[in-house]
Amino acid sequence: MIDPRAGVINERLKMIRRIIAVSSGKGGVGKSLVATTLALALARRGYKVGLFDLDFTSPSTHLILGVRDVQPKEEKGIVPPIVDGLAYMTLVYYSGDQATPLRGADVSNALIELLSVTQWGRLDFLIIDMPPGISDAVLDLVRFVKRIEFLIVTTSSLLAFETVKKQVSLLRDLKVPIIGIVENMKMNAARTIERETEKLGLKFLAGIPFDPQVEETIGDTAKLWNTTIANALKQIAETNVTLN
Amino acid sequence: MHEWALAEAIIAAAEKIAVKEKLREVKEVTIKVGELQQVEEDILRFALSQLKPSSFKNAEFHITKARTALRCRTCGNSWLFRRNKLDEATAEAIHFVPEVAHSYIKCPKCGSPDFEITEGRGVWLENIKGVR
Repeated sequence: MIDPRAGVINERLKMIRRIIAVSSGKGGVGKSLVATTLALALARRGYKVGLFDLDFTSPSTHLILGVRDVQPKEEKGIVPPIVDGLAYMTLVYYSGDQATPLRGADVSNALIELLSVTQWGRLDFLIIDMPPGISDAVLDLVRFVKRIEFLIVTTSSLLAFETVKKQVSLLRDLKVPIIGIVENMKMNAARTIERETEKLGLKFLAGIPFDPQVEETIGDTAKLWNTTIANALKQIAETNVTLN
Repeated sequence: MHEWALAEAIIAAAEKIAVKEKLREVKEVTIKVGELQQVEEDILRFALSQLKPSSFKNAEFHITKARTALRCRTCGNSWLFRRNKLDEATAEAIHFVPEVAHSYIKCPKCGSPDFEITEGRGVWLENIKGVR
């Protein structure tokens, strides 16, 4: 008995120029906000961009984008709808507001299913919002998506950064490129994370100050566009996440 | 036409096996379809007939349906999936991604959503026969 799905995944992704997983060691560091804002920043620079929420058990990009009343189209697979200029895919289209308690094997199965049937078409960038940590979703994505790159988000906490170190070590063992590290929700001017990032031999992409206004932008991307986090991501989209 | 994408995956996997097994011509492909995914057999069959490469031109596609067995991890109860117990929207959601069954189906005995799909989830390539 052979599961035929995995074999077509790279075929489905072949017209995408860069595939970037936005990841973190721990949850609650603003990873989904960084992934969504990066996708929007790239799209507003004129690129064709997809956003894929792979955080199946705790999805939140649909809330950041304020997605309602859209569904993928069925056309030789599933074609993601365009939301705010992004080809946008999430399990929420199918699970709704219900809790989706998935164990590791179920996460793998859902991930393989969506990767094998989603028709992204031609994209410059596919941004993937990952679940936190280094469990099944990370391992599967690295296993199935040949050209995957990672961008890692952390807070200023050394507890969060400790898990980042483990993630970096895993990704290096798996020979996966790491674009760099974003320090989010900075409460002061300390440069500890910047120095720690350099010690790891990685690029420090931005230190984004904590912005209490961000919560008010949830569901309204026009408001999000004027925040400090958006400004930082616009800068990253201009200098560090480019095409050649 | 979500079945089309699954048919592409089946053909790609079958072609790979045919090359590995050095089959000049494929005569028979057996596919198992789990009830949970509710794949439309006619559409799948049509997609397979349109997508098959020349080495498959005389191949017969046998599609067998497999029942879906579920087992509760909380109380150990086992039961069978019944499509007719679901409304249309739920059935369609499960059709696209069978794992969202965990959002809608609960153990009939204890109400837990923590169950495993022990049999009959989705599409499997069971067997391929041909001549060398």
